[in-house]
Amino acid sequence: MTPPPAAPSSSTATPHWDGALARGIIAEQASLEGAMLPILHALQEEFGCVPHEAVPLVADALNLSRAEVHGVVSFYHDFRARPPGRHVLKLCRAEACQAMGAEAVSAGLMRRLGVEWHGTTADGSLTLEPAFCLGLCACAPAALLDGEPLARLDEAVLENVVAEARRA
Amino acid sequence: MMRVFLPQDAAALALGAEAVLRALRAEAARRGVALEVVRTGSRGAVWLEPLLEVETAAGRIGYGPVRAGDVAGLFEAGLPEGGAHPLRIGRPEEHPWFAGQTRLTFARCGVVDPASAEDYAAHGGFAGLRRALSMSGEAIVDAVKLSGLRGRGGAGFPTGIKWNTVRLAEAERRYVVCNADEGDSGTFADRMLMEGDPFSLIEGMAIAGVAVGAGKGYVYTRSEYPHAVRAMRTAIVAARRAGWLGENIQGSGRSFDMEVRVGAGAYICGEETSLLNSLEGKRGVVRAKPPLPAVEGLFGRPTVVNNVLSLAAVPWIMAHGAEAYAAFGTGRSLGTLAVQIAGNVRRGGLVELPFGLPLRAVIEEWGGGTATGQPFRAVQVGGPLGAYFPESLLDTPMDYEAFAQAGGLLGHGGVTVFDTGVNLSRQARFAFEFCAAESCGKCTPCRIGAVRGVEVIDRIAAGVDVARNFAVLDDLLEVMTDASLCAMGGLTPIPVGSALKHFPEDFDAARGMPQAAE
Repeated sequence: MTPPPAAPSSSTATPHWDGALARGIIAEQASLEGAMLPILHALQEEFGCVPHEAVPLVADALNLSRAEVHGVVSFYHDFRARPPGRHVLKLCRAEACQAMGAEAVSAGLMRRLGVEWHGTTADGSLTLEPAFCLGLCACAPAALLDGEPLARLDEAVLENVVAEARRA
Repeated sequence: MMRVFLPQDAAALALGAEAVLRALRAEAARRGVALEVVRTGSRGAVWLEPLLEVETAAGRIGYGPVRAGDVAGLFEAGLPEGGAHPLRIGRPEEHPWFAGQTRLTFARCGVVDPASAEDYAAHGGFAGLRRALSMSGEAIVDAVKLSGLRGRGGAGFPTGIKWNTVRLAEAERRYVVCNADEGDSGTFADRMLMEGDPFSLIEGMAIAGVAVGAGKGYVYTRSEYPHAVRAMRTAIVAARRAGWLGENIQGSGRSFDMEVRVGAGAYICGEETSLLNSLEGKRGVVRAKPPLPAVEGLFGRPTVVNNVLSLAAVPWIMAHGAEAYAAFGTGRSLGTLAVQIAGNVRRGGLVELPFGLPLRAVIEEWGGGTATGQPFRAVQVGGPLGAYFPESLLDTPMDYEAFAQAGGLLGHGGVTVFDTGVNLSRQARFAFEFCAAESCGKCTPCRIGAVRGVEVIDRIAAGVDVARNFAVLDDLLEVMTDASLCAMGGLTPIPVGSALKHFPEDFDAARGMPQAAE
């Protein structure tokens, strides 16, 4: 359960950062009750991460301090500090998948790709993230590839995933 | 015209339902057969997924598990008429795996179109809400109390009593919150119901809203469940359009509306007070109780917080009567339990059964033993905070009290099976590791205890000062159990302690535990 890499310093600009776009996304959700998580999800949907540049904008819109917003962003495992690769593979590491050999399957994949958890392949095609239960416990080991479910994973299935990811 | 039913439950999709659909369309076109496809949820037999059903004069005939490559052969065997084929299971409801169940909450799951309010109503849906709309809040609460329904999220608190507290609380605004943050490994009942019969949850929440006088409800679910999120949102729009949500429901003068909110990968948000903080837009940190959420919940207002299955059980109770529901089950565990058979098992899936069936029957009769064919070694019931039981405890009946007595917990009904490949000291280490990663950080026993727990187990595994470290471990488990603020820290000692108690040989340093001692 390696922690995600630390947030980059605020001097590193987020790729494709667009302040006006971010303000629009925030404004769209700001009137909801408990708007914070919907806003953060919408930002990540657009930018692939929650850009540090957005933190003061969210704070301003919700009348919170930047520290409070940072506190929320950093609490939740989902929110990334940097955009992922072109595809995201979330591999389940929880007990039901362990019972079907998930650990060996993911260790093998990481070895072949030369990445750790939260890491992205050198060609930028695939980011590997851990998940703790996808609710696919009766067809383990399971994963989500860009939100689409995969089951009964083994080396062959994952080789296919990697090859597909490299192509598109 | 051939009418078929094909699940789009996430498990069915993971097992190739989309490829089957493409093959079906191609083969039907090639043969000039007009094809209508209804996308359903899953009936719960994950081992039969994708389970394709075709409408015939004799009812729906099932075939499973179907692969895309089987489709041409199915047509060859006379699929449109329900022809004979090795994958044919006959009418699903007559297949022994389904016929032996008591489907109350999941009666429609896998049968109906989860996007259609009309289909739901045609299968008996909304009868409970219709009845509730003609009753006083007090009468609804009394019916739920009489049914004996207890919270299905794990704690088993009587649902009616919780509702009554909210109903009687002084407030101008109240909320109904559905805890659909189903993070326990080995459980997928909430996901399956939201994907396969979302209207039953909507109906249950609306009944709760009417009973306690709440106008707004939230379903808080997981980002790991994108298909459930979509199915719920689609159904909410459809329910609103059909007049079952919103202002003046069915002309009753009562109003209730709801929306779906998505968490962000924090296991702790399944704890109800942490969930409320998250819904409010804060860090998912646990709140001290009291005040109970029923008194001071979401945004400080009285709030019903119930699990998906608790809420989804209510329409059946309202439609068929509290006594009819209470007639199922045993002792103080009344009604049915959605048992989810997971992990290393041949026939995994969800079975709805009256409380009281022995765990052994679940694993051996429904589950069919291990998937790998290796001997059974351990089973973890109730998710990551549940106990690991050995073979000798398999006669424990599936009810809250019996499990507590055996040193475990029933939790949300997840049953995760392991074969002889499992090492219980590694599972114990994982329990601590998981707790350390997912602890909200508010209380010290959980935040620090979990980290110390990993270290102590590693020392034991490495054979360092073993006797002293076992003593430290016992002490640590006691402190976490007694002094943690919520179940995360308070129950992590259960998987660890049960592993120690029932599988001491796995902690013998002489056997080695190389990976864990990294």
